[in-house]
Amino acid sequence: MQALYAQLLVGLINGSFYALLSLGLAVIFGMLNIINFAHGALYMMGAFVAYFLLNLFNIGYWPALIIAPVVVGIFGMILERTMLKWLSGLDHLYGLLLTFGLALIIQGVFQNFFGSSGLPYSIPDELKGGTNLGFMYLPIYRGWVVVFSLAVCLLTWYLIERTRLGANLRAATENPTLVRAFGINVPRMITLTYGLGVGLAALAGVLSAPINQVRPLMGANVIIVVFAVVVIGGMGSIMGSIVTGFALGVIEGLTKYFYPEASNTVVFVLMVLVLLVKPTGLTGRAA
Amino acid sequence: MKNAISALLLGTALALSAGSVAFAQTLDKTVKIGALSDQSGLYADLGGPGSTLAAQMAVEDSGLTAKGWKIDIISGDHLNKPDVGANIARQWFDVDKVDVIVDVPNSGVALAVSNVVKEKNGILLDSGAGSSDLTNAQCTPNTIHWSYDTYTLAHGTGTALAKAGGDSWFFLTADYAFGAALERDTTAAVQAAGGKVIGGVKHPLGTSDFSSFLLQAQASKAKIIGLANAGADTTTAIKQAAEFGITTGGQKLAALLLFITDVNSLGLNTAQGLNFTETFYWDMNDQTRAFGKRFQARMKNHNMPTMVHAGVYASLMHYFKALEALGGNPHDGAKVVAKMKEIPTDDPLFGKGSIEPNGRTIHPAYLFEVKKPSESKGPWDYYKLVATIPASEAFTPLDKSTCPLLKK
Repeated sequence: MQALYAQLLVGLINGSFYALLSLGLAVIFGMLNIINFAHGALYMMGAFVAYFLLNLFNIGYWPALIIAPVVVGIFGMILERTMLKWLSGLDHLYGLLLTFGLALIIQGVFQNFFGSSGLPYSIPDELKGGTNLGFMYLPIYRGWVVVFSLAVCLLTWYLIERTRLGANLRAATENPTLVRAFGINVPRMITLTYGLGVGLAALAGVLSAPINQVRPLMGANVIIVVFAVVVIGGMGSIMGSIVTGFALGVIEGLTKYFYPEASNTVVFVLMVLVLLVKPTGLTGRAA
Repeated sequence: MKNAISALLLGTALALSAGSVAFAQTLDKTVKIGALSDQSGLYADLGGPGSTLAAQMAVEDSGLTAKGWKIDIISGDHLNKPDVGANIARQWFDVDKVDVIVDVPNSGVALAVSNVVKEKNGILLDSGAGSSDLTNAQCTPNTIHWSYDTYTLAHGTGTALAKAGGDSWFFLTADYAFGAALERDTTAAVQAAGGKVIGGVKHPLGTSDFSSFLLQAQASKAKIIGLANAGADTTTAIKQAAEFGITTGGQKLAALLLFITDVNSLGLNTAQGLNFTETFYWDMNDQTRAFGKRFQARMKNHNMPTMVHAGVYASLMHYFKALEALGGNPHDGAKVVAKMKEIPTDDPLFGKGSIEPNGRTIHPAYLFEVKKPSESKGPWDYYKLVATIPASEAFTPLDKSTCPLLKK
């Protein structure tokens, strides 16, 4: 029974990464209608920026939490301005293919220079060590990851669903022409939104750098699962992707306990089931 | 059944006709080498592009081009998928006329490729895969296994740790041919040394989060947690084990297969004190240092060579020796392999040794320990030698080998 509690908690920790990443995807899909396959590569870039900051400029973990998402966010905005912009109004497939190609290029470039085994990045001194919860040993850093990503998720949800800025954004996706008539710069807003989604991915990358190795393929492994999370949660639904992210982390954790061999397929089995029963996802509205 | 029989007949007929064609050919001086590896996934650093480089260096160092030989190297990416690997091998033999395939990490792929190589009467010089099955139940007259296998790792690290008091084990095993073979061989070694295995869990290849598995290992209270996996799986597990306080809690990790690229990736802070078995380290003697530095200078990411890369180099050097002894390339895999088994091995990287009738190359293996950061004098100065395992003990003894080739 103790082991079960431990697995639930571990699932929650993984779930927070899924939630952060799928949130970024959902924001981008909901606002820009782009299926952003480059998300995994940008997540990886976030971790690499943190690594470079530490090793080239001696800038530690805490500033990296802010700097890395900004740097990668700017990179994302350049991508949006130079490439993705031209695809607005076209079928989803074009965006998917373009971003998939971008992901392969970015990963390929990093792999060419850094190989596949990855680079070390250690946990900041303040968060080293752990506490014994009775049923498991919880590394402090992992606890921090859960709390921090939950806060970021809720903040993003609030920004988009409850503020004036978010209202403008949502309006701009519904009817860009009308919103423009109110004097709002819609293209700039879209660029910034893409930057926000990408920044969330980079943030997840920095958070995961001390846990996983910083390596070029770290995003390729996780992006497929995250897409499944988004599909299960309902494409474009902010709250849906947060909740599903955490929930699937827990389900995966339980699978690792009961039948570990299936732990990397259980998410996709669920995805198939959800698609069969409710094709719009658990919280999705019909298109 | 009828189909099987006709397929068998057809196969035999083809093999016979191929054999007679080869027989009629005169020896020429062309060789084509295929470096088949994981070029982009979790094993790309321990094999991958480095293996192609090692093959190039072997060709250059052999001096055969100056003697009028024409030697080409091509490379392929098997993506860690047995069917992809087997298809590339098939195409290489049928279309590209490849003579010899080198490297092939991932035991699942290696076993599939080995079958194709036998069917096409080519040559497989495998230094990337670990499964000892390659020279046991699944041995062929066309395959030579270099560098290491799961028996070496099990008897090096497993026996050493079990004798040092690590008498209860829990395994984290990669869920494919290599992991299964390594767990099996290590279990045998541990039990022979008086220890016992109290549990284990199988994880998928390429797992990015080991926390669930590590918690189970922690709860098992085993003294030793055996990592029967490789590459990025091993480094992730080691890093996360440190995070969950497993090593500070008194349990010891046994990285059964660890490459120098893994240690580099972990950093000495995390990796220090790990015991593991390898058969090659660049800083052993003048010859290995010279090879290591030349290799590093030409490698794009400036990694030092792993024992897999060293195996590609050494096995090709030996292959060229056999070709020279034959006076040319007969393009007959079994014949060249037989010649390779006849000549004793002697190369700058593994020293003197021999190839057993089952295809296993025999040379010493070494038990290493990762240095503390304070002991390391510079980049890539990572290992200290704990013990040398003599060639006779490092590999499956011939009388225990289950290779059908040994039955007369």
